[in-house]
Amino acid sequence: MRYAMAIDTKKCVGCSDCVVACQTENNVPHGYCRDWVVEVMDGTYPNLEMEIRSERCNHCDNSPCVRCCPTGASHYADGGIIKVKPHKCIGCGACIQSCPYDARYSHPDGYVDKCTFCKHRVDKGEDPSCVSVCPTNCMYFGDLDDPASDVSKALRNRKYKALAPEAGTKPQIFYLI
Amino acid sequence: MREEIFISGRNIPNIDPHLNIWHWQIPVYLFLGGLAAGILFFAALYTILGKEKQMPTTVKWATFLVPVALVLGLFALFLDLKHKLYFWQLYTTVRFESPMSWGAWVLMIITPLSMIWCATYIKELIPKWDWKFEFLNKFEKFAIANRKPMAWALLILSVILGIYTGILLSAFNARPLWNTSILGPLFLVSGLSTGAAAIMWMSKDHFERTLMSKIDLMLIMIELFFITHLFMGFLASSAVQIQAVGLFLGGQFTVSFWVFVVILGLVFPAVLEIMKLRGYKIPVAIPAFLILFGGLMFRFIMVEAGQITRYLY
Amino acid sequence: MKTRRDFIKISALGTAGAAVATSAFSTVKAGSLFDWGEKTPLDDSEFIRTATYCEVCFWKCAGWTYSTSKGDIVKILGNEDDPHCNGRLCPRGTGGVGMFTDKDRLRNPLIRVRKEDGKSVFRDASWDEALDLIAKKFKEIAGKHGPESIALFNHGSSGKHFGHLLKAFGSSNITAPSYAQCRGPREVGFVATYGAGVGSPEPTDIRDTECMVLIGSHLGENMHNGQVQEMSEAIDKGATIITVDPRYSTAASKSKFWLPIKPSTDLALLLAWIHVIIYEELYDKEYVKKYTYGFDKLKKHVKNMTPEWAYGITTIKPDIIRKTAREMGDASPAVIVHPGRHVTWYGDDTQRSRAIAILNGLLGSWGRRGGFYLKESIKIPKYPTPKYPKPKWSWKDALDGKYPLAGLSVANGFIDATIPSEENKYQLHAWIVSGTNLPLTMPDKDTLNEAMNALDFMVVVDTMPMEITGYADVVLPECTYLERYDDIRSAPHREPNIALRSPAVKPKYDSKPAWWMAKELGNKLGLEKYFPWNDFEEVISYQLEELGTSLDEMKVIGVKKFDREYGGLYMGDGEDFEFNTNTGKIELFSTELAALGFDPMPKYTEHPEPPSGYYRLIYGRAPMHTFSRTANNQNLVDLMGENNLWVNPKVANIWELTNGQEVWLENQDGAVSKFPIKVRITERIRWDSIYMVHGFGHSNRKLSNAFGKGVNDSELITTVMVDPIMGGTGMRGNFVTFLTEDPGKEIES
Repeated sequence: MRYAMAIDTKKCVGCSDCVVACQTENNVPHGYCRDWVVEVMDGTYPNLEMEIRSERCNHCDNSPCVRCCPTGASHYADGGIIKVKPHKCIGCGACIQSCPYDARYSHPDGYVDKCTFCKHRVDKGEDPSCVSVCPTNCMYFGDLDDPASDVSKALRNRKYKALAPEAGTKPQIFYLI
Repeated sequence: MREEIFISGRNIPNIDPHLNIWHWQIPVYLFLGGLAAGILFFAALYTILGKEKQMPTTVKWATFLVPVALVLGLFALFLDLKHKLYFWQLYTTVRFESPMSWGAWVLMIITPLSMIWCATYIKELIPKWDWKFEFLNKFEKFAIANRKPMAWALLILSVILGIYTGILLSAFNARPLWNTSILGPLFLVSGLSTGAAAIMWMSKDHFERTLMSKIDLMLIMIELFFITHLFMGFLASSAVQIQAVGLFLGGQFTVSFWVFVVILGLVFPAVLEIMKLRGYKIPVAIPAFLILFGGLMFRFIMVEAGQITRYLY
Repeated sequence: MKTRRDFIKISALGTAGAAVATSAFSTVKAGSLFDWGEKTPLDDSEFIRTATYCEVCFWKCAGWTYSTSKGDIVKILGNEDDPHCNGRLCPRGTGGVGMFTDKDRLRNPLIRVRKEDGKSVFRDASWDEALDLIAKKFKEIAGKHGPESIALFNHGSSGKHFGHLLKAFGSSNITAPSYAQCRGPREVGFVATYGAGVGSPEPTDIRDTECMVLIGSHLGENMHNGQVQEMSEAIDKGATIITVDPRYSTAASKSKFWLPIKPSTDLALLLAWIHVIIYEELYDKEYVKKYTYGFDKLKKHVKNMTPEWAYGITTIKPDIIRKTAREMGDASPAVIVHPGRHVTWYGDDTQRSRAIAILNGLLGSWGRRGGFYLKESIKIPKYPTPKYPKPKWSWKDALDGKYPLAGLSVANGFIDATIPSEENKYQLHAWIVSGTNLPLTMPDKDTLNEAMNALDFMVVVDTMPMEITGYADVVLPECTYLERYDDIRSAPHREPNIALRSPAVKPKYDSKPAWWMAKELGNKLGLEKYFPWNDFEEVISYQLEELGTSLDEMKVIGVKKFDREYGGLYMGDGEDFEFNTNTGKIELFSTELAALGFDPMPKYTEHPEPPSGYYRLIYGRAPMHTFSRTANNQNLVDLMGENNLWVNPKVANIWELTNGQEVWLENQDGAVSKFPIKVRITERIRWDSIYMVHGFGHSNRKLSNAFGKGVNDSELITTVMVDPIMGGTGMRGNFVTFLTEDPGKEIES
């Protein structure tokens, strides 16, 4: 099993519902977020091009954050989801330094926090909160090992890319382009 | 024109606009670790070489700084932890891939060992010292008898500690400015150099001072050589690293790096020491202080600047 | 001379401002020091789920409020059965929690008192006191000037309750800025063409369209949920989107064709498209023949309005105009030339909307799959109350023949009618303002201030200390939509449907639902017979039973769909269809406009252009906010806390502006922004315009998240081009320049 996400940059309008839904679902404190939206625009008026991306932890296959954690608080959970055990985390910040996506932050309670792919929902067979609320239906979640999953289907039919693949972490969030 | 912006989220304390999760504690920790490693290295080296008599400051007196530096360093690290009550989790597991874990364990071993080392010399420092308990007296005798093996252990551990202070940073691929394997040797040499400077400053013996001064001079040369290689390596590397090293080549850290680290922390003290070796009267405190100051600045700047460098955005 | 209605910051007296720490509720399982468990959010089944529909914008998506037994609201999710949202709320709906938790909410009624030094302050009051005062004043004013002199400005659900109260009291002067400041012109334009307005939600069949044309409409940034969802579906299906906008909007970035038009020239483009579609015979011939009136007149009318003619005006190249017209023709009838929503731009907006309506008529999209579907809604039975008294006059009389086609009341007309003058026979003397923040909503602030100064009495009902509350004599704190019942939502859609709003938790502080205020006020005004119920729940319960369901059922399902009663979703092939116009046909030539002396077919007129050194002020929406009402919502402030000023790099270069630099703005009439705004240098805006998101620049310090954040575009809109047909306030004819030094404007609060 290998959970992953595909996000359609052609459909995303950057409304940021994913961000606020994550905050309410996971009780993320105000001023913090586990996902965010980036807009990249290229060109000169009026020849312009724009890509909008909802970003979060890439739940990398080769995760530097898990590798550098001195206590094992950061770990691979089922399906390759990267999670943090708050009660093992000492808040040293090494994993934050190690992430090329800057997807982790120090929770005001001290431990390091990040996207969990809403594991508590996924375990029940639901989509992560961000995916389930997206008004444009631009996010696909599922098991890459299952050819019938939403994410497998999306990746089969479209061109896609990952962010900063050169960092070598084998990211598992794919952007349909 | 290319415009890349966060349109929502991402205004997270200490993460945006750029990473600033490690503050003064980590560079201080790295500096004190390097300093302790340097002093211990020379103490162990000259013990093994049987030069206790000629090099009393190196082998004995300077080592009393080590437990203090290590404890202060560990305390600084503790202050950096955001989930402090759980610090003991560091010692529930050994994680070979994690430099932080390496450091915690090396310090766990080297700190008591350095204390034992000092304990074997405490009666030479304070003749009236009394251990009060008989078993401590017995232990002292045992330790004194085993100084050589202890020195071997310290020699190895101090090199590991010294390199570790660099690897802690260089192991982070995500921070292009840190991600160079030369940082380990560089920080080791820098640590040895600060250790030598401290010994030189404390020593009242002319032979010892001059020897340490020469060693220091050599270490500074090696350091400058490594720094040159650091830049050569970066400039011949990938785009993110070329961009990262730009912070020192015209970027916002250019002045602080070249002035405080390279000129005031390395070149100027080296010139002073050469002049001193040639017979000019220069108080030892000046080059020693500059080297220590330069070493501290180097760590501050590397930690601060490295966090600015990133892959995306 | 009347004393100035000086602005008051809320609770200068009293203790209502005492901070109450927001309860730190826990939705995670707590762990002790030695707890090895993980922090996992609670399961949905551990919360209480309550049906509601959203009030953060007026798309009114139905959803579920999840709350704890302690009375904390945790999250809001969409109702899967709701055609407005299909189970997916937009960021504002999801962030609606922030309306409930906002620490700056109004907590108790406030009454304006005048201190000895002549300055006004608010004092805390009990509900009884506040309502008694309002009843006394209303009776006084009605005695002197008649009940008709009391008006209601409203936006949203609570206005309905006060509307009922006012009508019972004898006034039909009820208005909302959503008409003449927003979508009025398109309604009139479509009524003049099809005999039917567009309404909300728009019956655009976007999910099945093959080609959608957006004229300055920025779907995606304007987060009208259902439309955005369908646009995404259309993108998936490969539909062509054509966006006309001087700004590279989000929608433009999704479009096959982006036409970066010179602002204010849209009508020329529309006419050129009509020309191409007629002269290249791209129109739906059968449809035009069977259903439209005035084709030949139109053909003659647009004869010279060629793409080459339009090129000189719009700067859009003729071949692009032809190419896009052919795209539309190819897709016909599955094509939508979108009517837009906020269309009060240049004062000829009804005519521009007419051109859009005509274009759709030629392409045969009205009543066709992939065009405009035939919407249907269900009528909510009225709870039996006595007939309202007949008012002696209404806003129509006050307009005195102006704006003859205003289908709904014109808010700016109400403001004009409040200012005393020789000619003003129908003066308004008191206002209730409910759920609309006029200072950030209405253009031409001086006239608004003049009107408010002339008022004898003003009641403001709101959940938040919006700027308008500072001008009130009495402020009534309303509870949020999550804490109250409101009318059943019945909006037109593909399938008729209803949605329930019920309270998830008890009202916070001493706030109350609007129905309660209206009823209590009614009792004090001797209008008990209009409120023959104890709780609004009874009204809803009655109505639901009449509709064949029940409150209990609706609490479980939230949304109920009904079968269509009036035929199919689309017109059948060759089906006879009578349009509600004078001719019974789609009027390409409007007989109604002709009879009233207006142009029966749209003509392009030139509009003022920015003087040298000035740039056209274009404002719009961000998907995370609804006008000014969400600017203090912590959940949404987290997403976007202030607006930025979009400046083309060429312009930035001339003015030596840098990214993130703060500038103040001054318009052509010398109006200066209160606060600075941060510059965002971007290629996405034309060099003759600047752009900002509407709804920021709040000046009430009590809005602790929103105060001083960004610029309020409304204060820079002092030149208004009024639409003579329906009174809409065209607001895109304002030009601003940059002030890089602090002009030192006084902040009134």
